[in-house]
Amino acid sequence: MSATTTPFMQIAGLRKSYGELEILKGIDIELDKGGFLVLVGPSGCGKSTLLNTIAGLEPITSGTISVDGQPINDLHPSKRDIAMVFQSYALYPNMTVGGNIAFGMEMRGVPKAEREVAIAKVAKTLQISHLLDRKPSQLSGGQRQRVAMGRALVRDPKLFLFDEPLSNLDAKLRVDMRLEIKRLHAATGKTIVYVTHDQIEAMTLATKIAVLKDGELQQFGTPHEIYTKPANIFVADFMGSPSMNLLPAKVISGKAGLLLELVQDGNKVQLAIPATIVSGALVDGQSVILGIRPEAVTDKDGADRNTNAIAMLEGRVELVEPAGSDTFVITHLAGKEVTARMRADVVVRPGETVPFAFNLDKAVLFDPETQKRL
Amino acid sequence: MSAAVSQNVAIRTSPFARALIYALLIIIAVYYLLPLYVMLVNSLKPLEEIRQGQMLNLPQTWTLEPWRSAWSTAQIGVSPTGLLPYFTNSFLMVIPAVAIATMLGALNGYVLTKWRFPGDNYVFGLMLFSCFIPFQIVIIPMAAVLGFLGLSGTIPGLILVHTVYGLGFTTLFFRNFYAAFPTELVRSAMIDGAGFFKIFTRILLPLSLPIIIVTVIWQFTNVWNDFLFGASFSDYDSFPMTVALNNLVNSSTGVKEYNVHFAGAILAALPTLIVYVVSGRYFVRGLMAGAVKG
Repeated sequence: MSATTTPFMQIAGLRKSYGELEILKGIDIELDKGGFLVLVGPSGCGKSTLLNTIAGLEPITSGTISVDGQPINDLHPSKRDIAMVFQSYALYPNMTVGGNIAFGMEMRGVPKAEREVAIAKVAKTLQISHLLDRKPSQLSGGQRQRVAMGRALVRDPKLFLFDEPLSNLDAKLRVDMRLEIKRLHAATGKTIVYVTHDQIEAMTLATKIAVLKDGELQQFGTPHEIYTKPANIFVADFMGSPSMNLLPAKVISGKAGLLLELVQDGNKVQLAIPATIVSGALVDGQSVILGIRPEAVTDKDGADRNTNAIAMLEGRVELVEPAGSDTFVITHLAGKEVTARMRADVVVRPGETVPFAFNLDKAVLFDPETQKRL
Repeated sequence: MSAAVSQNVAIRTSPFARALIYALLIIIAVYYLLPLYVMLVNSLKPLEEIRQGQMLNLPQTWTLEPWRSAWSTAQIGVSPTGLLPYFTNSFLMVIPAVAIATMLGALNGYVLTKWRFPGDNYVFGLMLFSCFIPFQIVIIPMAAVLGFLGLSGTIPGLILVHTVYGLGFTTLFFRNFYAAFPTELVRSAMIDGAGFFKIFTRILLPLSLPIIIVTVIWQFTNVWNDFLFGASFSDYDSFPMTVALNNLVNSSTGVKEYNVHFAGAILAALPTLIVYVVSGRYFVRGLMAGAVKG
């Protein structure tokens, strides 16, 4: 594979409006060959519309979409060399599984013998060879999902598009299929654009995540960047489960450096800010939002031993949620609920006051005005 | 255990109530079937027996002569042809009228739902409006149009009239059916490289059997049973069955052959009955199963 300077897929200044209503407000995304891009966001954020514009199912108002150096935004969907897996699978109910998989090739005039070979190969990869003569109505949800993927795979396109493919499956099957998609991606090295509202799917599958809200790109980066350095409060809150604790605080200068002052049950408590967690400068008296993920708030023994930025705070336990692998403990700080992720075997009871270990190396600060990370 | 007991109690109706329900249903069924019974038994009697009264009695002498007469020898208008030529006329009219209106309705529905264009809802609204125009209003303009086209008094003229009049309904049927048709299937076919007609013939039409049956039944019954257009726009050699039946029954010369009239009326009603019985079997649900959702 030769190294190229231009990215494999490039979306630049993409806008889409329905009359007055602007659905996509200038999207810029680049993806390398073999990358796995996940578009994630809440309902109505424009992620499915963005996917449809890449597919050519919806026209764009302005901007460009190119794949492999070719602008494709004016091409008919069938000429874009893409394949799409729909949320509903969109299997043709009047055709057999084999017919479904072959339909695209048939429309393109591929000879029957060649089609048979391609079907057999894909069916083997997806382990659906025994289903080829069945109608979609005779298949289970997971099998339909496989057929839908087979229909996309057999075309061997430049770009795969997935529109919430797992949202119709039950929880266990969803996890299995997620793994399978990841395995398929690793095995075939195909470039994929994948839409989901499920942030766990986004984190586990993606090489790049684009978080969207109200038609605007909130952040674009690797899953690690998105998770550890969220660009704004929305991204911080949306990605991760349970979501990040967001606490209003004030910056004050102490003897050893800057401190964060938070209100706890009417009293003021202070936490030292490691200089590494902010890129800009903080001023005395500045209001900030402290963002800290549940796994960075633990019991004392569960705290990360490789850091010296652990701050201990006493807190009253309100609720305990044993989740099997962890125990989530909920307390109150700065007028907000704080979720701490403690070890599974920790012994705490509601009403007790216990020490919470805050790993401030993992904390991020946001500007309450602009909502952006400081 | 308790659930089983309570269910037993729930489904038990008193024998008296049950008897009452059945009695009522039987009475209503008899009431509805009585006219058919009268027509049938009297079409199988010689005219003599009908003249003696006792319409409800079974024939003393069974005969098929009235049926033969109605079919091939009875006086219709000026010639003793029976209903046969008009029966043929009706079929020559109804088959193309049903086929063309159904086909165009399906295409209209497809375009109005899956190839939306600006103002499509107004177009549909206007087509829908045509369903509510009374027959009588269009007779004179239609006569003018048929005259202009040189189709007055011909079977192709009747086909045109019925196709145009049926189009509003067939479009409505297919439009509503295709509105619920998953658009993702069309989009998927589009990405697969199928064009406008390929998507229609390979994806939509094969899944349209239920609505095709509904449309065919509707259009067939309407066109077959129509009297007004038939009487207005046809001539002696292009009368449909309904007009011929009227001419048979209303002939003012000679004796009224009630047995022949009854036989003719049953003959006229037979095709619609057969369409219902035959196509009803194909009126199956669940053809869309497996298309979408897990």
